[in-house]
Amino acid sequence: MKYAFYPGCVAKGGTPELYQAMTAVGERLGLELHELTGAACTGAGVITERDPFAGDVVNSRTFAMAEQLGLPVMTICSTCTGVMMGVKSRVDAHDDYRERVNQLLADEDLHYSGQTDVKHLLWVLVEDLGLDKLKAMVVNPLHGMRLAPFYGCYVVRPSKDVDPLRLGRMGYLEKVIEALGAEPVEEYRGKDKCCGFPLLETNRRGSLALTGKRLAEARDVGADALVTPCPLCHLNLDGQQPETPDAGRVDAMPVMHLPQAIGLAIGIPPERLGLHRHIIDTKKILAKVAVAG
Amino acid sequence: MDIKLKVRRQNPEADDKPFWKDYAVEVPEYYTLLDALLKVREEVDETLALRCSCRSHICGSCGMRVNGHAALACKTKLSDLDQETVTVEPMGNMPVIRDLVVDLEPFWNKLYSIKPYLQPATDPPEREYVVPNETMFHLDGVVNCIMCGACVSDCESLSVNPIFIGPTAFAKEYRFVLDPRDAADRERLSQMNGPGGVWDCTHCFQCVEVCPKDVAPMDRIMAMRRMMMDMGMEQHNGAKRANAFMDLVGTYGRLDETRLLMRSVSGLGELMSFSKVGFRALWKGKLPPLKPHRIAGAPAVRRILERARNQRPRRFKVHQAQEEGVRA
Repeated sequence: MKYAFYPGCVAKGGTPELYQAMTAVGERLGLELHELTGAACTGAGVITERDPFAGDVVNSRTFAMAEQLGLPVMTICSTCTGVMMGVKSRVDAHDDYRERVNQLLADEDLHYSGQTDVKHLLWVLVEDLGLDKLKAMVVNPLHGMRLAPFYGCYVVRPSKDVDPLRLGRMGYLEKVIEALGAEPVEEYRGKDKCCGFPLLETNRRGSLALTGKRLAEARDVGADALVTPCPLCHLNLDGQQPETPDAGRVDAMPVMHLPQAIGLAIGIPPERLGLHRHIIDTKKILAKVAVAG
Repeated sequence: MDIKLKVRRQNPEADDKPFWKDYAVEVPEYYTLLDALLKVREEVDETLALRCSCRSHICGSCGMRVNGHAALACKTKLSDLDQETVTVEPMGNMPVIRDLVVDLEPFWNKLYSIKPYLQPATDPPEREYVVPNETMFHLDGVVNCIMCGACVSDCESLSVNPIFIGPTAFAKEYRFVLDPRDAADRERLSQMNGPGGVWDCTHCFQCVEVCPKDVAPMDRIMAMRRMMMDMGMEQHNGAKRANAFMDLVGTYGRLDETRLLMRSVSGLGELMSFSKVGFRALWKGKLPPLKPHRIAGAPAVRRILERARNQRPRRFKVHQAQEEGVRA
């Protein structure tokens, strides 16, 4: 399975452990990842907010680069995925509009035909690799771990954009967690809610209150850790966790990136997954995995 | 088919806290959730309180949370849910009066606060106002709102920020801002530039997802942010973030979180409040590099951003509406 790999800015910026983990896991899973090193930031919704047309062109540029390689795009960030799917919903369906977009790509001899597929790693695991194959690669099942899924808004909403064929993509994370041998915390109410990240600069108190709520909901249902396919969520849930209103008075909640959870289960050493680079200590998880192993 | 309704009930005057009550009923395939709830009330438990009226998703009375998210009970077909047990709760972000009935007074008050009526600059014309067709077609998308409260129920910002104006009122505001007959757009927009305004939206798409009429309140909020910035209201952290984001992506082709933060927040005090987070990240080797990596083709990205900006409509109102309409 070959993909035009779009790691996104945060995996190479504020959460370098994600890029590190994905590289290690991709190789083991047999995913051939051709990184789009010349692709620009999706805009994370902010370019679209400032100038929607610019956002559509910048992302179509990325799709055109993948088209040149003849490969679908694979992302590891809910936000990148959601932004790209939104752009596709506008650009793919309207030929006239796509022509306007393409005029701005002509400088670089790029052209987007409206066909490039975009998939988050989470979707690749279920739809392309298959859960049975993933299960077969598990050498260190995460038995006894209660992992709460935390999707990140953009990978589940608007569903008409991110799951146009109604494949039930909201639900994949639980399935993957189960395939890794852990127990997905189904009753976790925060799973498709907001981590607070988009409010970080505009209303920090509100941002941290949302982060705190999501963590409290996970503690309330006895989760050992959260698993997220979104590094922006990770920046808040992990990076800002010590700043949340309850911090210090309650147990800290480790937050794993999706490829890290996979890596642990398929036997990649924790250091190679960057689990020591989290703000919230992950030893609690590692102790459980060691016991399980 | 057999179905179990798990209903969260509460009579705040008598019960300390909500409790769950299960109702098992046999219903025909074509039943909506509202049909099933009414059957429960008529045949099983007459004390179950709920609101409804038209039963055909026009009146907006039967908003409630179905399996965790707001929906109209009359628009929710049980066969579509494809589940033996359906969880039913009152809408969120509003006080419960009883069972599935919530107090909508705060909801209406927010709506009144945006002055939901036309404020023309001149006396009304002798005959009717003439407005461009395209504009009104575009505004239809917002006028379709039936005030059911679903978007407010699931609004994440409102759940932590009670002064947030909220998606319904913002969508209504958008409708007046873009109405060619209304002359108060600058005043309207500047009132939304402060606490509780458009920059307090957390961009989570919940309102877009749950709206039974596809009003897409969050998209309207984003459009108003854009109009405000285009009108020169660029002092808020949110506007500074948007401009800094464009500039950083234009320079490096990619985002640099540290620089974005430094250029978005106001003053040293606010920046210092992030210092502990920064030190912790530095300690763990997570702080992005001081000099960001520049992607190949960064100049091309800047050219795209600039050329796109030059194509942005300059005239407000009609053109903006048409432009927004293209993307709706």
